[in-house]
Amino acid sequence: MAEKIMMKGTEAMGEAAIRCGARLYFGYPITPQSELPEYMSRRLPQVEGTFLQAESEVAAVNMIYGAACTGTRVFTSTSSPGFSLMMEGVSYMAGAELPAVFINVVRGGPGLGDIQPAQSDYFQATKGGGHGDYHLIVLSPATLQEAVEHIELAFNLADKYRTPSLILADGMLGQMMEPVELPEFKDLSDLPKHEDWALKGKNGREKHIVTSFDINADELEQMNIRYQNTYRKIEENEVRCEEYMMEDAEYTVVAYGTMGRIMKTVVKMARDEGIKLGLVRPITVWPFPYDAISRAADKSKFVMSVEMSVGQMWEDVRLGVNGKVPTPFYGRTGGVVPTPVEVYEAFKKQLEVK
Amino acid sequence: MQAKLTLSRPKALTDKEFTYCPGCLHGVAHRLVAEVLDEMGLREKTVMVAPVGCSVFAYEFFNVDGTVAPHGRATAVATGIKRALGPDKTVFTYQGDGDLAAIGTAETVHTANRGEKVTTIFINNAIYGMTGGQMAPTTLEGMKTTTSPYGRDVSDMGYPIHVCEMLQNLKGVAYLERVSLLDPRGIMNAKKALKKAFTAQEKGLGYSLVEMISTCPTNWGLSPVESLKWAKEKMINEFPLGVFVDKVGDTK
Repeated sequence: MAEKIMMKGTEAMGEAAIRCGARLYFGYPITPQSELPEYMSRRLPQVEGTFLQAESEVAAVNMIYGAACTGTRVFTSTSSPGFSLMMEGVSYMAGAELPAVFINVVRGGPGLGDIQPAQSDYFQATKGGGHGDYHLIVLSPATLQEAVEHIELAFNLADKYRTPSLILADGMLGQMMEPVELPEFKDLSDLPKHEDWALKGKNGREKHIVTSFDINADELEQMNIRYQNTYRKIEENEVRCEEYMMEDAEYTVVAYGTMGRIMKTVVKMARDEGIKLGLVRPITVWPFPYDAISRAADKSKFVMSVEMSVGQMWEDVRLGVNGKVPTPFYGRTGGVVPTPVEVYEAFKKQLEVK
Repeated sequence: MQAKLTLSRPKALTDKEFTYCPGCLHGVAHRLVAEVLDEMGLREKTVMVAPVGCSVFAYEFFNVDGTVAPHGRATAVATGIKRALGPDKTVFTYQGDGDLAAIGTAETVHTANRGEKVTTIFINNAIYGMTGGQMAPTTLEGMKTTTSPYGRDVSDMGYPIHVCEMLQNLKGVAYLERVSLLDPRGIMNAKKALKKAFTAQEKGLGYSLVEMISTCPTNWGLSPVESLKWAKEKMINEFPLGVFVDKVGDTK
């Protein structure tokens, strides 16, 4: 068991990426995650890696695209407005089936918004975000330890399925300090080489092409069917969620990320008063744990969604519940983080609804 | 009489037929780049980045590893490839005027300024070809296009942008030349410029770019021969040929 060290969220995620074998980082400063590029600019030269501060998030994502074309582990981090700028490149990467890891430390929006924690980029993260029929694998950690573990998972899933993956964090996770146990340093020679498709110069073999482009509609449809087959496999194998005090639950709340963590306190408050409340915390928000939500609906009087947004995951919860029971919602937005007391009171109001 | 093969297709081109219009000079530019890759022994270690525009399929025509970038982002993609693969590999982008000097201006300037060890082949024909003849950043003053139907009014639409002149003061640039593909002499010179540009990359001197004054008979509404004449009269006047930066020196 490795030693636990006290680290800031952004830096813990950066260090975890290095330990997972990432030696390339391209990014652009934006609050509340600028400590991550700063950390990478210090650390990567120490491990013979490359840090490059791009001229924009638009350039950064295309550098990621280029590096990913070579089959090399690469990642970037940004916050909401920056991730919006990256959407073009992310769509191209999904189409070109390129593995890479993105971290979005979500802040209040829309527009310039603010720099406080938010969950209002859920639609962008889980429904595609850019143009075209595509998905990212989206992991939403609730603690720094989980964030660190998700970095490794995100790289492994990206490599396994040849798709970009995304850590959907928020300003709270990015800025807080917590003790974390970091993964061991990976031997770079053990990383996947992607020799069957990567661009490295053909060196005597047949040429490789990486592209999201085909001018022929029937052929592009076939490419899309291939992407969709991958997404179905991901849905079959990679759904992750935590069910907390759900064994005897009569009421269910659903929350992810930082809000999911806060909801554990709310569940305890309810239990202290003898109310059998349980929590379903999606860990992958794409693929979404619809089955767990459906099971929760089978035994709950209602399934309530709580988010740091005006209700985005709520739509997926309603799909999972599928009309079986009421699906109330509580959320704060614009960077406001709800307190456990406030959410508990909102929950108790629902008990009075006839 | 015994036939002797004196000229064949460069190995750095595939057998795929070009999709370009009759009289288009992309074919000439492709062949020159391919000849240089073969002659300099770079083909097997090269990765290319195609643009969005008429040459969007360039990665199909060159017999090297390749990809196609989002519109304007070729040099950012090339940066990622080069940084990942290291100095031993050769990376080039092939871009048109809209791609490089309009939507991709920021990437062009900053890639050049970083002295990124990649090479750009820049085809300037003063028009958007693939989308059907719209105004380009390099469209000449008074020139009619489908989005400047009364002619480019510089007081309203700005002036033709001079890429080489703009980049020449950036210290990261190692080789910068404007050539033409309008006659045999220009073509021979273009090949020499390409060799210099790739040499700059091989020597790790910095960013290199060769701008090639080209034509677009289809969207100019001229025959191929008339296009060459028009380009010689009008384009060379606006975009003077020459070497702007040369840190390579004598390669003999």
